Parts: sequence; structure tokens; C-alpha cells
Amino acid sequence: MAAIRFSNVGKRYEGGFDALTGVDFTLESGEMAFLTGHSGAGKSTLLKLIMLMERASRGQVQVGDQDLNSLSRRNIPQHRRRIGVVFQNHHLLFDRTVFDNVALPLQIAGYDPSDAARRVRAALDKVGLLMREKQNPIALSSGEQQRVGIARAIVNKPAVLLADEPTGNLDPELSEGVMRLFEQFNRIGTTVLIASHDISLIERMRRRTLVLRGGRLVADGY
Amino acid sequence: MAIKPQEKAVPRGAQKHRVGHLDRSRGWFRHHIEVALQALVRLTITPVATLMTLAVLAIALALPGFLFTVVNNIQQFSIGWDTNPRIMLYLNTEVEDARAEQLSLELMLHGGLSGVELIDRDQGLREFSSYSEFAGMLSLLDSNPLPAVILVLPADHHAAALQQLQAELQSIPEVSEAVLDLEWIQRLNAYLLMAERFSWVLAGLLALAVLLVVGNTIRMTLESRRDEILVAKLVGATDAWVRRPFLYSGFWYGLIGSLFAYVLVQVSLYLITGPANQLAQLYSSNFVLQGLDLTSGLTLIATGTGLGVLGGFLSTGRHLRAIEPS
Repeated sequence: MAAIRFSNVGKRYEGGFDALTGVDFTLESGEMAFLTGHSGAGKSTLLKLIMLMERASRGQVQVGDQDLNSLSRRNIPQHRRRIGVVFQNHHLLFDRTVFDNVALPLQIAGYDPSDAARRVRAALDKVGLLMREKQNPIALSSGEQQRVGIARAIVNKPAVLLADEPTGNLDPELSEGVMRLFEQFNRIGTTVLIASHDISLIERMRRRTLVLRGGRLVADGY
Repeated sequence: MAIKPQEKAVPRGAQKHRVGHLDRSRGWFRHHIEVALQALVRLTITPVATLMTLAVLAIALALPGFLFTVVNNIQQFSIGWDTNPRIMLYLNTEVEDARAEQLSLELMLHGGLSGVELIDRDQGLREFSSYSEFAGMLSLLDSNPLPAVILVLPADHHAAALQQLQAELQSIPEVSEAVLDLEWIQRLNAYLLMAERFSWVLAGLLALAVLLVVGNTIRMTLESRRDEILVAKLVGATDAWVRRPFLYSGFWYGLIGSLFAYVLVQVSLYLITGPANQLAQLYSSNFVLQGLDLTSGLTLIATGTGLGVLGGFLSTGRHLRAIEPS
């Protein structure tokens, strides 16, 4: 079954700039793939379409069996709860602890606090930050902050995990560690799509790679 | 669920992953209490700013509360008054005392009157000299200049009936002038009506002020929590979820502000109790100044709280929609 399917998708921003043109691809459920291309090639736009932070101007984006064109604004929150996202700049909140940052998606989804606490600790354990739960994320290193972001993205076990330049600010060793984490989640069935321009890292991972150039999908393979 | 992981790869605990209905409603309730308390705690983070806002709200809410109470009190005062309308029949000065006497007896038989009292010319003169400072001037005159007066109490107190009766009595040849002695109470009631209307207008304007103050305060906290709102929306928060803390902020502003207002009104009334009671004594009335009773107090607090929530609601609607992750 397809986890993510793009059918002839185009995105034109106001002012006539085409960020994506005629993008066609299918990511099967449980697959892990990279999305690459120079900056401005449309990687972020493609992820935004999946998150419904933007809507396609043309074509059809499908996540699971849901056609995103037919999702009303009201249904966007439910859609986003099924997708975990890791951002390059982490998007952590510095007014609360690591624990509370990771717990946010569960609070929003209305989990029982004790159940949520269990899940938050499990997620923090997976990224190796269980001992840091009571700290403020501002006290953590960039790599650790990124792992908090990853813990938050996977805490409610989403079927799809997206990452936008997750290793953008990290040295090669830390990047490798983050990639291993993504592989772990992929191994337990999560569909993973990672946007990155770190070609050498992508080559080392030997995964399916989608290449964007000027908003068009120019390569799709291993 | 639109997205299902492959069966062979279902992660452990996936069965408990779904949030049950009961769980959800319980979670919803708990979430509300949590958000309400957090909103209250947030107010204490900036104590000075919060107190200033609360003071403005309290004054804005206390003013109409105070006015309504005063109007209420004056109404109470005028109800306790003998408001029976009277008609004074000033007879022509050439009418003999005997004729005046006879006329008053005839009027007693009039079905529309419940009481008749004759104040003859001598009695009028005596009363005038004892109450008026111009008494000395009367001695300069050869004869009594005052007319005889017949005071009648109409049975029917309706305005139209009174007017008709007045016209009828006016047409009696001996009557020089029939004066309906109701005007002062009508005037008082007119003043009260105006004061009440004025209170409503003022209350409306100040309610608007409360909305603006709460709305503006919340809009500023909303700006300062922009990051939090963005992240919450990215991980699937609904508009209602994001809005809730701000509605509770409005709730607390309204509730605490109106409690302050309640105290302000009671203190203000306490301050005018002494003079008011003195005034009442001068009118030998058993009037006692009433403070805000339970119903009015609760109305004040409910109105204040409602306005607070409404202010939060109005200020968040458009702005929250505008804060979208991009």
C-alpha cells in the first residue's frame, strides 16, 4: 500500500513562481527514502504539501488512502497527528522542559498523563536522552536538541515520519547517529522521507533517492 | 486511520495507541482544568501589568454597577413615599366661606374622589404665616389675599383618569384653578428613567471598554506565544485547542476584575451611607441605603466574566488563524 503518492503535482506560489512542476512518485508503506536537490529545488515545498502547510496548485497528493485535496481546513489537525516531522531548526519550545516538549503532541491528542509519560520516556530512551528529561532544551547541544525534536516526532508512533534537513547543523558523526535513528524507526514499519542536501551521507545510506531540480523530479532510484 | 503501518511491522503497544472515547472526554475535562490553572498562573508571572489591567477592568465594571445601585436606591426611596396624587382646587377669592364649605360637601359625594379636605381662607392664612418668611408682609394688607383651597384625593390614579378629573373639576364655576399635584413625583420618575437610561448607555460603553482592554491584553500575550502556537499547530493542535488558554485568560481577567468591581461598589456605597441616611431622616423616611444584593452582585460578576471570555474570543479568532506554520 502506498503511504505517500504524488500524481502530477504542481505548486505555483503567488507571483507565478513554480516551486514544483509535474511531480510523480509513490512511497510505499514502510519504505525509507531521501529527497535531495540544491536549495530552492522544491524539497521543503514537497514536505509542506504532505503536511498540508501548503496546498498543491495542481495534481493530487495522497497520504495513506486520504486525498489531501479533499481535506478541509478543519481536518488538518487530525491529518498532522498521523505524521511526525523533524525540522532543521528543531522548533523546540524553550519555556518548558525536554519532557514537556516531547509530550506536546500527546497532550494535544488528549492522552492520559500517565500513559503519555510512559510514551515520552520511551521516546526519549530511544534517542538516548532519558537522563535529560527535566532539563530545558536550551541547555542541550545542537545534536541533542535535534534528537529531542526526533523524539517529539515519533512519540505518538506516526505511520509517516518526515525530516527536513535533519542533519543540517550537525557534524558528520552526529549526522550518522541521527540517520541510524531514522533507520531504526523505519525497521519497525514507519515510512520515512528525509529531505537533505548532504550527498555523501545519502550515498552512504544506500536508500531510494528522489532528486529534484528546479521543481521537477529528475531522478528516482538507488 | 488513513495510514496503516504494514501488519508485520506493527509496533508494540499499537493497540493502546488509539485514544478511547471515555478517555478522550475525561482527558478533555482534565485538559480544561489544567489550561484554566495555567492561565491563572500565567497572570501572576507579570503581576504589575496584570494588576493594572485588573484595576482598569474593575473601575469599568464598578461604574455602571454603582450607578445602577444608586438608581435602584432612589427608586426604593420614591416607592416608600406617599405617592397618592392630589388635586388642589384654588377657589375664586370672591367665593364665600359658606359656599366653599358646601362645595366641599358636594365633592364628597363625587364618585371619583376618595377624600376631600377644605382649607378655608383663615386656615390658609394661619398656615402661610407659620411656614412662610413673608408672614410679616401679610399684616400690611387689609384683607386676607389667600383663596380657599379644597384638597381632593382622586380614587383612580391612572394618568388619563387624573387628567380627565382635573379638567372636570376645573370646569366648576367656583374653581379658579385645579392643580394636579403629581408633577413632582412624575418629574422624579422622569429623572430616574433618565438616570437609568444613562446608566445603560454608560454600561454599554464601559462593556465595550472591557472588551477592548481584555482583547488587547490577550492579543499581546498571543504575540508573545507565537512560537508555541506554531509548534502546536504543526503537531496537530486544533484551532480550539490553541485558543483555549486565551479564553481562560479572558475568563480570569473578567472574573477577578468583576470581584474587584464588586468590592469597589460596596466600599463606595459604604462611603455615602452616612449622608444618605441623614438625608432620609430629614424626609422622616425609614429609607435605608441598600448595597448590591446577591442577585445584582452575581449579575455583575457573571457579566464581567462573560465579557472577559468574549474579549478573549474576539481577539483570538482572526489572529490565531493568521498564525500558520509556513
